[in-house]
Amino acid sequence: MLSEFRMPALGADMEEGTVAQWNVAPGSRVKRGDVVAVVETDKGAIDVEIFEDGVVREIVVQPGVKVPVGAVIALVEREGEPATLAGAPPSPAAQRAKISPAARARARELGVDVESLQGTGPGGAITREDVERAARPATAPAAAKPVAEEKAGEGGMREAIAAAMSRSKREIPHYYLAEPVPMRRALDWLRDANAQRPVNERLLPAALLLKAVALALQDFPELNGVYEGGVFRASAAVHVGVAVSLRGGGLIAPALHDVADKPLDLVMRELADLVRRCRAGGLRSSELADPTVTVSNLGDQGVEAVFGVIYPPQVALVGFGGIAERPWVDKSGVVAMPALTATLCADHRVSDGHRGALFMARLRDQLQRPEAL
Amino acid sequence: MNANQIRAGVVAAIQDVAPEVDAGDLVDERPLRDQVDLDSMDWLNVIIGFHERFGIQIPETDYARLGTLNDIVAYLGGRLP
Repeated sequence: MLSEFRMPALGADMEEGTVAQWNVAPGSRVKRGDVVAVVETDKGAIDVEIFEDGVVREIVVQPGVKVPVGAVIALVEREGEPATLAGAPPSPAAQRAKISPAARARARELGVDVESLQGTGPGGAITREDVERAARPATAPAAAKPVAEEKAGEGGMREAIAAAMSRSKREIPHYYLAEPVPMRRALDWLRDANAQRPVNERLLPAALLLKAVALALQDFPELNGVYEGGVFRASAAVHVGVAVSLRGGGLIAPALHDVADKPLDLVMRELADLVRRCRAGGLRSSELADPTVTVSNLGDQGVEAVFGVIYPPQVALVGFGGIAERPWVDKSGVVAMPALTATLCADHRVSDGHRGALFMARLRDQLQRPEAL
Repeated sequence: MNANQIRAGVVAAIQDVAPEVDAGDLVDERPLRDQVDLDSMDWLNVIIGFHERFGIQIPETDYARLGTLNDIVAYLGGRLP
């Protein structure tokens, strides 16, 4: 059976992409996870992976052509399944659009014909975002035709960021919490650990912060997942979207996968690799599509606290300000304590401040036990 | 290796991390991180670059001694054979 390989949605702010290069040709055998194409987006060139095994039968969109998210860009014959004969009538099941009740309701509300849509959700399901994209007058219908308008450089990225953040503020009822976190134990532990390491194996505080967030989230599923089509789906895995500023301007927040399950050394290595690829190219489509929460660390810029904007369809963002010595009251009186301010912005559709506060307390406690990270 | 050669290597290591830096724009006496946008990951990569170019392991406790280009050149010059 032929499967349609579509232009992926690499985040809520992507509406179109240009096929820059194919790494496969008709007849190429592919397996799940292979990078089959490079797609140019507002966030730069992204390596696009395929998510099934099979054989490429047709390249539908040639390099240099820009198409909307959801457009068919190649046809792949799934492993072990003969191709459906050309001209054979599709089954009734294949004709019926896969769509959640919430997305279907939204389509009725906006007057969108769901049968005309091409879904970008799991298994090609039509998502609420697909419906809303189709309803926007300035957006081309989801068909494989080039989009004429050209956006380039940071201008395009800035527009994409603005669109996603506007949507976030419009749709998500944010709430904010802040928590001062003493960092002496973490920094002392880090200093001792790094003293025994060669320079290329040293850890940064950022790695500890990411791991602590991931571990703390394991007990707060309402802060880790995606909200789509009016439904929240918690994620068993914690894929942390790491906000990385680009040297030419702009921002990108790809995923570090399964952070809670990885040793700190590996988190650090993968973080370094991710930052390098954000700036030099080589990000993969799964890294842009998979984050279940975002962490924004602006401590190096010297700010005290980060009040973020949630990146849809996620439901939470954890921010970290800079580590600085502050007056701190402990058993011996007022002492100078290295500390930072951690913040949480979260989605009131899914959680409330009480649970958010418990999460922040757990995060603070995780950072007091760096040896357990 | 003389000071000019060390400086050239230092600037090249910085440019590996921050390619937008123009060597002619760097002021030797000004704090480097006031002139170049380097976060902690960038700085670690610069330190790794120094190690790769000069073969010197710089302990974290010495980072505070690497404020300006002049500081870095003097620090590395004092440890090169």
